[in-house]
Amino acid sequence: MNRFIGFVKKEFIHIFRDRRTLLILFGMPIAQILIFGYVITNEIKEAKIAVYDKSKDAVTREITDKLVSSGYFTLAKEIDHSGEIEEIFQKGEVREIVIFEQDFDKKLKEEGSASIQLLLDATDANMANLLQSYTSGIIQDYSQKITIEKSNAPVIKPKPRMLFNNELKGVYMFVPGTMAMILMLVSAMMTSISITREKETGTMEVLLVSPLKSFQVIIGKVTPYVLLAFINGIVIIALGYFVFEMPVKGSLVLLLSVTLLYIIMSLSLGILISTVSNSQEVAMFVSMFALMLPTLLLSNFIFPVENMPWPLQWLSTIIPAKYFVTLIKGIMIKGTGLAFVWKEIVILLLFTSIFITASIRKFKIRLE
Amino acid sequence: MKTILFILQKEFIQIFRNKTMLPMIFLMPILQLLILVNAATFEMKDIDMVVVDKDLSSASRQLTSKFEGSPFYNLNRQSFSVKEGKDKLLEDEADLVMVIPDHFEHDLRNENEADVQLLINAINGTAAGLINAYTSGVIADYNKNIISEWTKQPKMAETNPLEVIYSYWYNPEMNYKIYMVPGILVILVTIISLFLTALNIVREKEMGTIEQINVTPIRKYQFIVGKLVPFLIIALVELGIGLLIGKFLFDVPMIGSLPLLFGFAFVYLLVILGFGLFLSVISESQQQVMFVVFFFMLVFILMGGIFTPAESMPEWARYVNIINPIAYFMRVIRMIMLKGSGFIDILPEFIGLVIYAFISLSLAVWRYRKVA
Repeated sequence: MNRFIGFVKKEFIHIFRDRRTLLILFGMPIAQILIFGYVITNEIKEAKIAVYDKSKDAVTREITDKLVSSGYFTLAKEIDHSGEIEEIFQKGEVREIVIFEQDFDKKLKEEGSASIQLLLDATDANMANLLQSYTSGIIQDYSQKITIEKSNAPVIKPKPRMLFNNELKGVYMFVPGTMAMILMLVSAMMTSISITREKETGTMEVLLVSPLKSFQVIIGKVTPYVLLAFINGIVIIALGYFVFEMPVKGSLVLLLSVTLLYIIMSLSLGILISTVSNSQEVAMFVSMFALMLPTLLLSNFIFPVENMPWPLQWLSTIIPAKYFVTLIKGIMIKGTGLAFVWKEIVILLLFTSIFITASIRKFKIRLE
Repeated sequence: MKTILFILQKEFIQIFRNKTMLPMIFLMPILQLLILVNAATFEMKDIDMVVVDKDLSSASRQLTSKFEGSPFYNLNRQSFSVKEGKDKLLEDEADLVMVIPDHFEHDLRNENEADVQLLINAINGTAAGLINAYTSGVIADYNKNIISEWTKQPKMAETNPLEVIYSYWYNPEMNYKIYMVPGILVILVTIISLFLTALNIVREKEMGTIEQINVTPIRKYQFIVGKLVPFLIIALVELGIGLLIGKFLFDVPMIGSLPLLFGFAFVYLLVILGFGLFLSVISESQQQVMFVVFFFMLVFILMGGIFTPAESMPEWARYVNIINPIAYFMRVIRMIMLKGSGFIDILPEFIGLVIYAFISLSLAVWRYRKVA
């Protein structure tokens, strides 16, 4: 045991000596969470639209005002002839053009109906879809008002209630997502690099011939990183809570234990990566490539997994970050307890034990 | 010139000898492109819905069956208590709970007005907004049926005075993949080139082989060029492969000019490679450089507007994007490929990147010291 403690001490000294890496290690998550919390948002806020009003009457003005005052859109341009449409799309100035037909008000009064045309720049299909549904929604709303004023037809009023996040804040998505991503990459990268580094520089041999058992060597290498990553996790949660007003509705103890579990899981993944790679370059490439994009895309971070084609949904079941994101959202935002989230915890435990078993196997082979 | 050729030869031999890295450099990005492009969709295809029907009238049943008939909804549970519905939301097994209150039909017939409550899981605000819009649309649709049925007034104009017609330009089928392929391609090319260059010199430092180069008569710029060109070529080849995959597997159009795209990519890569070399020159270990690269990558990628539109970002973020090379390339590759923008349209971005390339390369050359 004494030997082991000595070894852990050596590792700590190693880490604390490299000031730059240490600075990056702690500075990075803070900077990232701050940047992402403010920047990354899918909310449609002041999206630029253009209006081509061929009629210019009271009703078309009112509808335009309705669109702008909704807060979703800003009127970037008014067009006077159809030749400009292609041009402003080409330059990427606006994403949507609203066209009112001629004699709009007159048609509405005399014929009972008038039409509005929406042109959308659909190069970004997701965005176009959002803009279209928001615009149509506002116009339909206005339309319904006219109907009700005129006749007394029966009306069903949907009363939506946005549960858990009634202001539809983007941070609720991004704080858990960023946390999953940073903890995963930092832990997996740090361990895999520090172990392969010993291999590359040849010092691993020294460690292996020492009286320390191989699992002691591994645990000794990982222990400091558990601590560092855990501090990172706490900092992120604190930032979410104090800066972005993320609630912590559930139990804080549960939240922290889940974070610790996730860190240990990521570290064991890092160990596994280090056992199969022979240089730092390979280890980093694997942790970066195999982990970054899949974690970003398949963990419910930005895109809901349930909309994806089934092979991807299937693939997402082996992305640990997905379960962590569910856990964090559940505990922090929904305030759910162990009764609701035990499944995810069991799965994370399972991942951890698989990674550890696999690395022990691989590690022994290298000793022979 | 000859010296540069020799350095190039050495670098290429080194790259092609490494049998573990080589397949990774080429296969990983392609595999990721093939798989992950499919992930980036907001189309709500499977809204898990729970209906709590307290009225059990013919009107409420008709409304429910409207949702059953829609391909967007998974109406797998009916329940009689709102609490059960809320529990499903908590468990993440439902996205939406629709509560039809008592006397729904009664109110609708006698008071001309009835409420339907929608409880939406709004942690993902974007998805929630869409669910709300779709659902209100279905309800409004049903409402129209009722009006024409009950009031015997089949004139559509009366029930819907404002007609909205919409058309999607450049992408009438709303194929989200054609937007994502260029975006993911940018990321992959960037990761490859930035990583490989950033690691390169630090690796030589860590192994001590840089000393050997330092004592040779190789000039600074020759060394830098020799380190740059191989990765530049690899990145451009990958871009080409990616474009072919996009074209043949995902039907991504290539409306603009291909030489223009490659020309722009060339300048972009100069920026990235220069940046990578600069980081590599000022770092002491691979671990250090890795974390720095990782930090910048993540920030640049997510701020560059790949998944989330750059316009929704706050003003200061748009200023930050002035120094974000990925933002330039992300915008331009989409403009050229999808809209067919020409050289004039992308001129501001082009000039910006040329200046940027000049700065990053000079920094790399300036900071590189032949003394270790």
